[in-house]
Amino acid sequence: MPASVIVENISKKFGETIALDSISFEVNAGELFGFIGPDGAGKTTLFRILTTLLLPGSGLVAIEGMDIVKDFRKIRDIMGYMPGRFSLYQDLTVEENLRFFAGIFKTTPEANYDLVKDIYSQIEPFKKRRAGKLSGGMKQKLALSCALIHRPKVLILDEPTTGVDAVSRKEFWEMLNRLKKTGISILVSTPYMDEASLCDRVALIQAGKLLSIDTPEAIISKFSNPLWAVHSRDLYSLLGDLRQFEATRTAFLFGQHIHLTVKGALSQGDLKLYLESKGHSEVEIKQIAPSIEDCFMELMV
Amino acid sequence: MEINQPIIVAENLVKRFGSFVANDHLTFTVGKGEIFGFLGANGAGKTTAMRILCGLSSPTSGKVTVAGFNVYTQTEKIKRNIGYMSQKFSLYDDLTVWENFQFYGGIYGLSAKKIQERTDELLGRLGLQEEKNRILKDIPLGWKQKLAFSVAVIHHPSIVFLDEPTGGVDPITRRQFWEMIYETAREGITVFVTTHYMDEAEYCQRVSIMVDGKIVALDTPAKLKQTYLATSMEEVFLKLARG
Repeated sequence: MPASVIVENISKKFGETIALDSISFEVNAGELFGFIGPDGAGKTTLFRILTTLLLPGSGLVAIEGMDIVKDFRKIRDIMGYMPGRFSLYQDLTVEENLRFFAGIFKTTPEANYDLVKDIYSQIEPFKKRRAGKLSGGMKQKLALSCALIHRPKVLILDEPTTGVDAVSRKEFWEMLNRLKKTGISILVSTPYMDEASLCDRVALIQAGKLLSIDTPEAIISKFSNPLWAVHSRDLYSLLGDLRQFEATRTAFLFGQHIHLTVKGALSQGDLKLYLESKGHSEVEIKQIAPSIEDCFMELMV
Repeated sequence: MEINQPIIVAENLVKRFGSFVANDHLTFTVGKGEIFGFLGANGAGKTTAMRILCGLSSPTSGKVTVAGFNVYTQTEKIKRNIGYMSQKFSLYDDLTVWENFQFYGGIYGLSAKKIQERTDELLGRLGLQEEKNRILKDIPLGWKQKLAFSVAVIHHPSIVFLDEPTGGVDPITRRQFWEMIYETAREGITVFVTTHYMDEAEYCQRVSIMVDGKIVALDTPAKLKQTYLATSMEEVFLKLARG
């Protein structure tokens, strides 16, 4: 069976700016696929092309076997899209928004209630409330319900968790994981590296280019240098001193530690002596497993 | 923990809106040069408390001083002694970098000479002297964020408030931003940060976590992780906020 979403060599320029540079990937039915990258990386441009809102400069995209240029109308029928900005009608109620979006696709909330029940039931007690009066977490759930109400085959979510607190974010990812079991293909973007581990596969995106596409585990296993976490009482001087250390390749702050890679093999004893000679106390050095964020930075360097 | 030189002191800070208690007896102290994380879910009451600390709103009751000034009676003095930066930067997109510094320096009452000195110093630190005459809207997001922070400390305030400062930038730029925060704290400026992102909390010296208007935990990230048997601040937060 061909993949649900097939993207081949998509590029897009805005004037002189290259927003997307020869991007290729495939997403399978029932897969939760994440695009991880900072603002300005090209995530929204890519999603606007996939949702037939923007033409690519060059390249091909097929969604469920249909061409995004020729078959854009048919694609819109099978696509659910949640833009980064809250784009429901603020002065319609929760219930009216859902009915409106179902109506656009010539269906009713009742016909597809089973698909959204898990999510919509959480906001149903507030169904008479205007959408503009909902909290951030509730708006997000309503927007997802509206994007799903016509039972799309492909769901595209542009930074759904940006600006949402940790509890709501966690619930949102749990919903997506239940949802994909219905066979829907889900493409989701996020600037937050720690959300990568919640996807089946991820693409790391930076400055219009894909740095890596794989399962989170495989991306981490490609990190070839041993990674060290170093700590001392004075983190800020520690960072400066580690950057002066002869063998240092990279040194980055990570919370209360500094993540260090070195040229060749690290002699922990030498490093400890060096740091003590610089006046550091409570020095700790330990080897650790890299995170997706370590991998992202490694690919940027 | 003993706080040597307290800069923010809140004792039983209460803020009510009608029958709703947004801040329920908050008691905490933040020291000079400390990096303090102020965490909580949406609607936990962080913004309300922060507005009070910035002199924009008065508490219903409780004793609160910021930089030695009383939040009920000395709000103008507070405003002069703090800096503020949010993710929605407050810089002017159609002014140049230099004009933005000049504008904010002027607002805080710095002399022309002082503005010049401080702008050179801050831009020098960022390595952005060459960009001085560029219009802000042509500048990459990561630089803007660093410039917004520099502008927020142009008057060398006692405290700088950062409201979700680093959203959306790449991980390397984000770390450069935190290096600036550490450098600022070393100069004795207290840094008060709110964020939804728990990995950000790991950079703070101490963090407080608010749930439903109350501070339910306040300690160093290491101690909190120990107390709540968690490997990350995210886990600590979920345990507390989910109840």
